[in-house]
Amino acid sequence: MEMLSGGDMLIRALRDEGVKHVFGYPGGAALHIYDAIFRQKDVKHILVRHEQAATHAADGYARATGQVGTVLVTSGPGATNAITGIATAYMDSIPMVVISGQVVSERIGEDAFQETDMVGVSRPIVKHSFMVKNAAEIPEIVKKAYYIASTGRPGPVVIDIPKDITAPGETFPYEYPDKVKIRSYNPATRGHTGQIRKAVQLLLESKRPVIYAGGGVIQGNGSDLLTDLARRLNFPVTNTLMGLGCYPGSDRQFLGMLGMHGTFEANTAMHHSDVILAVGVRFDDRVTNTVGKFCPNAKIIHIDVDPASISKTVAADVPIVGSVESVLTEMHAMVKESKEQPDAEAIKAWWKQIDEWRQRHGLYTAPRYNTEGESIMPQDVIRTLHEVTKGEAYVTSDVGQHQMFAAQYYLFDKPRRWINSGGLGTMGFGLPSAMGVQMAHRDAVVACVTGEGSIQMCIQELATCTQYHLPVKIICLNNHALGMVKQWQDMQYEGRYSESLYEETLPDFVKLMESYGHVGMKVTRKDELKAKMEECFAMKDRVVFMDIQVDQSEHVYPMHVAPNGSMRDMWLSKTERT
Amino acid sequence: MKRIISVLIENAPGALSRVVGLFSQRGYNIETLTVAPTEDETLSRITLTTVGDDHKIEQITKHLNKLIDVVKLVDLTEGAHIERELMLIKVKASGAQRAEVKRCVDIFRGQIVDVTASLYVIQITGTSDKLDAFLQAVGEASILEVVRSGVSGISRGEKVLSL
Ligand SMILES: Cc1ncc(C[n+]2csc(CCOP(=O)(O)OP(=O)(O)O)c2C)c(N)n1
Ligand SMILES: [Mg+2]
Repeated sequence: MEMLSGGDMLIRALRDEGVKHVFGYPGGAALHIYDAIFRQKDVKHILVRHEQAATHAADGYARATGQVGTVLVTSGPGATNAITGIATAYMDSIPMVVISGQVVSERIGEDAFQETDMVGVSRPIVKHSFMVKNAAEIPEIVKKAYYIASTGRPGPVVIDIPKDITAPGETFPYEYPDKVKIRSYNPATRGHTGQIRKAVQLLLESKRPVIYAGGGVIQGNGSDLLTDLARRLNFPVTNTLMGLGCYPGSDRQFLGMLGMHGTFEANTAMHHSDVILAVGVRFDDRVTNTVGKFCPNAKIIHIDVDPASISKTVAADVPIVGSVESVLTEMHAMVKESKEQPDAEAIKAWWKQIDEWRQRHGLYTAPRYNTEGESIMPQDVIRTLHEVTKGEAYVTSDVGQHQMFAAQYYLFDKPRRWINSGGLGTMGFGLPSAMGVQMAHRDAVVACVTGEGSIQMCIQELATCTQYHLPVKIICLNNHALGMVKQWQDMQYEGRYSESLYEETLPDFVKLMESYGHVGMKVTRKDELKAKMEECFAMKDRVVFMDIQVDQSEHVYPMHVAPNGSMRDMWLSKTERT
Repeated sequence: MKRIISVLIENAPGALSRVVGLFSQRGYNIETLTVAPTEDETLSRITLTTVGDDHKIEQITKHLNKLIDVVKLVDLTEGAHIERELMLIKVKASGAQRAEVKRCVDIFRGQIVDVTASLYVIQITGTSDKLDAFLQAVGEASILEVVRSGVSGISRGEKVLSL
């Protein structure tokens, strides 16, 4: 058997696990590992400029591919800088393994230089964590970490490794296990057939059904299955912010996103529905509005791989614990074989009602914003982006109004194309996650929709783009404000803009881009938007930053009325309410 | 309602902190907590008591089960079970009090395990309610120190919590 040092074993184990890319940043406690990286070619390391970006990049990589993203950081500040990205991945159930160096075993607990209790600090935001005590256990721990991160409800796993364990000198027999079994971890697979049958019965009897599908469908590779089932039944589909793309956005049966900034038709249909098929969703408070008023007449079927997600906030009438893939397959087969079929008359009437809602206030039947004015409307920027990229781009986003406009107006037809921090809402996510996507799909068109606020939270990564030739396109909806904060201040604080304006402190983004060796473009006129955007995407090999000066007073609508509103209570514009 | 949850957990570093952390992180409270090795040295058994309605307890057990280190758990209060807690209590016992305390100990079937001229150390086991009742009977004024072990429990009959 081959004899390797701990450091070499770790990198070899990553290789044998199939890891191609590691996003990281070196430091004292990780130097033996970095030396092991230097002496091999199979695992490529991407040097970011801040550990937060390493986690977001690995996260984007994972979301775009379905594979586990890998991060390597040093102890202390390296580890704590990774925390925001780990929490981001945890909230959105993204498979990730984060390896952190730790001070030498002997010094642990002595407040040694750059010592942080990483296992302790990360505990509430990881699926699991390991502290390596002996080099010999490295292969098994790595195998377990990837297994846990990627199965069941995915999530981040931390491996904390004291420096002495990766030291050269002492070697150990290396063998990478094919399989692991963890007796206390048996993620759900098949759903309960009796429950699935009950669900099918409810679906076939329903008169006003809605399919409410989320990120779990994408994570669980259930998009095609869900689409087939929805089409067969001719039921309307709405997606959560995390689920966009799991059902084709341009399809007739798609009602748009639901929730706080969901469409009028999606939220209203949910409110009036009699049966909701909830798949891979978690009834987030940004979806349900006031829980006590949520969809008063609906029977709820809830499919999820995580039993703890079911009946957490909204009680399910038919809970089904299982992988989305297996449950939807079984469900579809039962629907096909059933003698009963959906009530065609009722479904037709339901569609008629929905189409009427669409005509009245829908986002896609007519522009619901001012198209007459001088300024560039943010909605038009996203629509132009969709047009110029033919709806085929991978779109990452930061957090704020621009994120909601992107979610509403870039109609995603495929899963894994819309990459945003839905659960934690992490500003700074957009650019590094775009790098991760571009690393995974070298030839794909990758656009980062951002705001001039968010982009400054990880702007240092422009240098990483240079180093690794990652030609992402940054579409900045520059409204000279923390727009989403300002919107809330308009609506709830009588326009008192407490700390949401930058005054005159924005950098000249064009010059900034040039200093990094990239291309900057400033767009100020409506009539030049499309041509400039075409120019931007024609520069295939360059990082291009479009500083688009958009309307500074626009709000995102619809917006749920809160507190105490139901799904159907929405602001439709600054003056109009349902 | 008070619940007694018994958890078999991997005897691994950090496992206990994950359980305790879960409770504070999600705003559940722990009334008592005991942890000790089992007959299988790879496993520890945690017994904890908590209060909550059915929905809350369901969430607690689901989240506990989700922890990778948790092998198995049972809510003992769902079935017939035996509940025990051990209490050591130091009380003033001088003059007329001495006989009075002694009588009380006998009624509750406790034992006096240490004696000085002016105090007793008493050992008493039973359900938490019984221990509470004893404390009341002795009276706050004479109590110097109370040490309670936290609840342990086991189900009655054939049911066994093991691998
Ligand atoms: C790290 C972090 N800090 C604070 C917030 C709160 N927050 C949400 S949106 C927002 C404003 C974002 O401004 P910008 O990026 O310019 O986007 P806009 O809303 O203007 O489109 C802020 C501060 C957050 N989501 N993330
Ligand atoms: Mg802004």
